[in-house]
Amino acid sequence: MSELTLTVMRLGFLAVLWLFVIVAVQVIRSDLFGTRVTQRGSRREGARPQQGGRQGAAPPQQRQRRGAPTKLVVSEGTLTGTTVALQGQTITLGRAHDSTIVLDDDYASSRHARIYPDRDGQWIVEDLGSTNGTYLDRTRLTTPTPIPLGAPIRIGKTVIELRK
Amino acid sequence: MSAVTNTTTIGAIDAPSRRNTELMLLGFAVAIPVFAYLNVGLALDGEVPTGMLGYGLGLGLLAGIAHLLVRRFAKYSDPLLLPLATLLNGLGLVLIWRLDQSPRLIADSMRQYGSHAGDAPKQLMYSAIGVALFLLVLVFLKDHRVLQRYTYISMFVAIVLLLLPLVPGLGTDSFGAKIWIRIGPFSIQPGEFAKIVLAVFFAGYLMVKRDALALASRRFMGLYLPRGRDLGPILTIWALSLAILVFENDLGTSLLFFGMFVVLLYVATERTSWIVMGLLMAVGGAVVVGSFATHVQSRVAAWLDPFECLKTAPEGTNMAWACDQMTQVLMSFGSGGTIGTGLGQGNSDLIKFAVNSDFIFATVGEELGLAGAMAFILLYGLIVERGLRTALAARDPFGKLLATGLSGAFALQVFVVAGGVMGLIPLTGMTMPFLAYGGSSVIANWALIAILLRISDTARRPAPAPAPNPDAEMTQVVRP
Repeated sequence: MSELTLTVMRLGFLAVLWLFVIVAVQVIRSDLFGTRVTQRGSRREGARPQQGGRQGAAPPQQRQRRGAPTKLVVSEGTLTGTTVALQGQTITLGRAHDSTIVLDDDYASSRHARIYPDRDGQWIVEDLGSTNGTYLDRTRLTTPTPIPLGAPIRIGKTVIELRK
Repeated sequence: MSAVTNTTTIGAIDAPSRRNTELMLLGFAVAIPVFAYLNVGLALDGEVPTGMLGYGLGLGLLAGIAHLLVRRFAKYSDPLLLPLATLLNGLGLVLIWRLDQSPRLIADSMRQYGSHAGDAPKQLMYSAIGVALFLLVLVFLKDHRVLQRYTYISMFVAIVLLLLPLVPGLGTDSFGAKIWIRIGPFSIQPGEFAKIVLAVFFAGYLMVKRDALALASRRFMGLYLPRGRDLGPILTIWALSLAILVFENDLGTSLLFFGMFVVLLYVATERTSWIVMGLLMAVGGAVVVGSFATHVQSRVAAWLDPFECLKTAPEGTNMAWACDQMTQVLMSFGSGGTIGTGLGQGNSDLIKFAVNSDFIFATVGEELGLAGAMAFILLYGLIVERGLRTALAARDPFGKLLATGLSGAFALQVFVVAGGVMGLIPLTGMTMPFLAYGGSSVIANWALIAILLRISDTARRPAPAPAPNPDAEMTQVVRP
């Protein structure tokens, strides 16, 4: 067998071996890129210490505006007195166990409504197709609506409002 | 320190079974050894080897059956483990066949035994048995958590397996190391199987005891020191591994078991102090034993300066022999250079004894060079990576620890053998998984891969859909 053929085969074999390694690594790229990373905030939100200086931990869109609400308070219903700090996260309300506020209320749907900040930090309430509807003041919601400070949001027997 | 710690959840976007990827890679993994076989044949005899179709079909058939059964019984298992194992096993077969053809080894064997039977057909048979065991494990082990029930039985079985070579009449002393047993015509290396059984025991034991080992500790100089009575397990395993070293003269097995326990202890408790203690104990034990066991001494001398030792060691002693082997191995690696001499064109057969088992990596280093040796190390690394990835993805703590233990043992074995052959650590007689000639090793490692596949199948299988929410229908409608 000629020297040339053997040299070509030798290099070819190494190339094929490495090609296999590279293909195998390509297959496991999905370990890094085919995954979805969900951020979860810790439950100890109230304990955040005030840090000096402008470099607060909050990202720009979460920076508190003047006059923006800081907490959500349940003012009527079985959960009266419950407060949830508003830190830019979406709050879901309903009877489903994975809701942020689990309502023990026969008139609430399992996924009833959600409250979330829009891009400007304005808090919005949206009805999620509930059976009995969500009321802001006295009007039944049909579209996502900005929440004025202190306006009562009624879900079944529960009333919540946003406060500073 | 901010009290808001962002924890992250990592989940796959979707759960494709990836069996087609596996099939593609498997085809590739069968084609490469066939190419290597052709290359060896052309280099040695200048013609296409006659057995090429047979070996190629045999390997392809084994891989094909394995793939179909994986499709049936472990649909969501990892797509890389099977092709990687197949490729390493196939290339091992080619390398063993290549060494069978060496005129020097044939002449040697004719002089010693009067006959020469190649090892490759036997290795092909062992591989078939290995794949059969792989399939049996996949079919009958429906859920790896079943193994958890046998935690203490596994401990007992592992100790029996480890002590078997010491039983008079059953164990055979092969060149200093007593790690084989002989039953009729077969010689078995029980340590290879003990590796898997021991991983089951360690995982089951540490899953239950890890809180006691992790939490009850005092802080001293930045390290968490465990309480005296919690040292029991690590001391027991240490004593056992030292006993293996003293009575069976096998540094590799002893290092493998103790190392696997320390790795699992660290993974289970997240305490760095266990690693520090484990390393100190391992080094201390090895130094003490090494100072009086002549078998270990000759290996250390061959490791420190093989060429000097070859000159000074008395002719015909064990030490001269160990040093001669080591010099041959290093010359092999050296003559390989960067891209090697080409398959079938090296002189690694000069190593003679155990060239196709303990020292097979020297043939890789000589005939495929640094480039080929690195590719092999990466293939092993990928298997270990997939094992650890399986451990990360597993949902139950036992599965996590078992996958870590198995891949840790695999990694340690590769390190001990490759490190020994390359002169990084003293040489110990262990086999390169899948590559080296040896029935026990091939069979046990196929079983190991099967357990990893089973764990990864359980881990990657999509979770069953949540039960419909019973609350949904009970919402009462407000009737004005």
